[in-house]
Amino acid sequence: MKAPWLWLLAACAMAVCATAGALFLGEVMGMTPCSLCWYQRIFMFPLAIVLPMACYAGDRRGAVYALPLAAGGTLAAIYHTLLLAGIVPKAWVPCGAGASCADQRLLILGGVPIPWLSLAAFLVILGSLALYLKKTSP
Amino acid sequence: MNTRKLIVLGLVALVLLAFALGTQVYQRQTQQAQADKVAQETERLVRMHAPVLGPQNAPVTIVEFFDPACETCRAFYPLVKELLQRYPDDVRLVIRYAPLHQGSDQVVRLLEAAKRQGRYWPVLEAVLAAQPLWADHGQPNVELAFEAAAQTGLLDMARVRADAGSEAVTAILQQDIADLTTLGVNKTPTFFVNGRPLSTFGADPLTALVAEEVAKNRTGLEKGKKMSL
Repeated sequence: MKAPWLWLLAACAMAVCATAGALFLGEVMGMTPCSLCWYQRIFMFPLAIVLPMACYAGDRRGAVYALPLAAGGTLAAIYHTLLLAGIVPKAWVPCGAGASCADQRLLILGGVPIPWLSLAAFLVILGSLALYLKKTSP
Repeated sequence: MNTRKLIVLGLVALVLLAFALGTQVYQRQTQQAQADKVAQETERLVRMHAPVLGPQNAPVTIVEFFDPACETCRAFYPLVKELLQRYPDDVRLVIRYAPLHQGSDQVVRLLEAAKRQGRYWPVLEAVLAAQPLWADHGQPNVELAFEAAAQTGLLDMARVRADAGSEAVTAILQQDIADLTTLGVNKTPTFFVNGRPLSTFGADPLTALVAEEVAKNRTGLEKGKKMSL
């Protein structure tokens, strides 16, 4: 991609789609988010606001502000993925009476675990933002 | 406005549209699945033990899956009663329990115990009126519901306490929970009018569906009369 803006657009599209997807699972399909999912939502939802604004205005600083959110979300998603894979011991799960974070029913689209989708989305956003920032660095 | 701005706006609009369409498709599918399930297992809608308000042989039956601790159930109660008053000969209400909140099962036991003394509906109304006092979802205080029931002055509370813990009441709770699980009821109130679920949840869809079923039944009757003439 020649125009660096397209990288910003890619991050923006990913964030908006991921937010819509998370809201669909939670509000329409009625799946209760576990506490780790909530942390990932906390990082993702602001991205869906900040990145379209940055993209619309062509504002580089928007990407700067979005970067820590993407990084935090990536960490949470990595932890969740490891938990699901059984690499992180289940005793560490910070979930109480709510939905279990290690629940195997977190599967959609014929068996894709939701935390994988979350991790992929955060990685796409993180990578696109990093590229965008690098290409536009003054 | 340049192309980039249009692209961003278009993207957001597209995602919103996809969300709205997806919601519609998903809701239609789940509703259809539930309607099919209900059609297959009609016996799970109305049980012999279920409390009934209105004429026993009314042609239109509203089945309400009901949680005494649910605010929306409380809000819908006057509306449902009004529907019964509007169609006194055509509509009956059947209450099934969906004790989804903490402590709700204890209050269901209280209601069933009141039913054994023939005081079901006044006690239900007293318990619903007092709901804001006892039904804090974090810390429900079931004792306050029992107090509200006692204050009606209609109940022998010692008998209520004994009946509430009885095996017969436990069996009713278990049956209702088994039925709501099978029928996929996971929210309260959930209404079925002659076995038909609401297209979207709300007071107006319920009123409309009841009116439709009543009208269907009345025209059916008139046709029957003409035939016999």
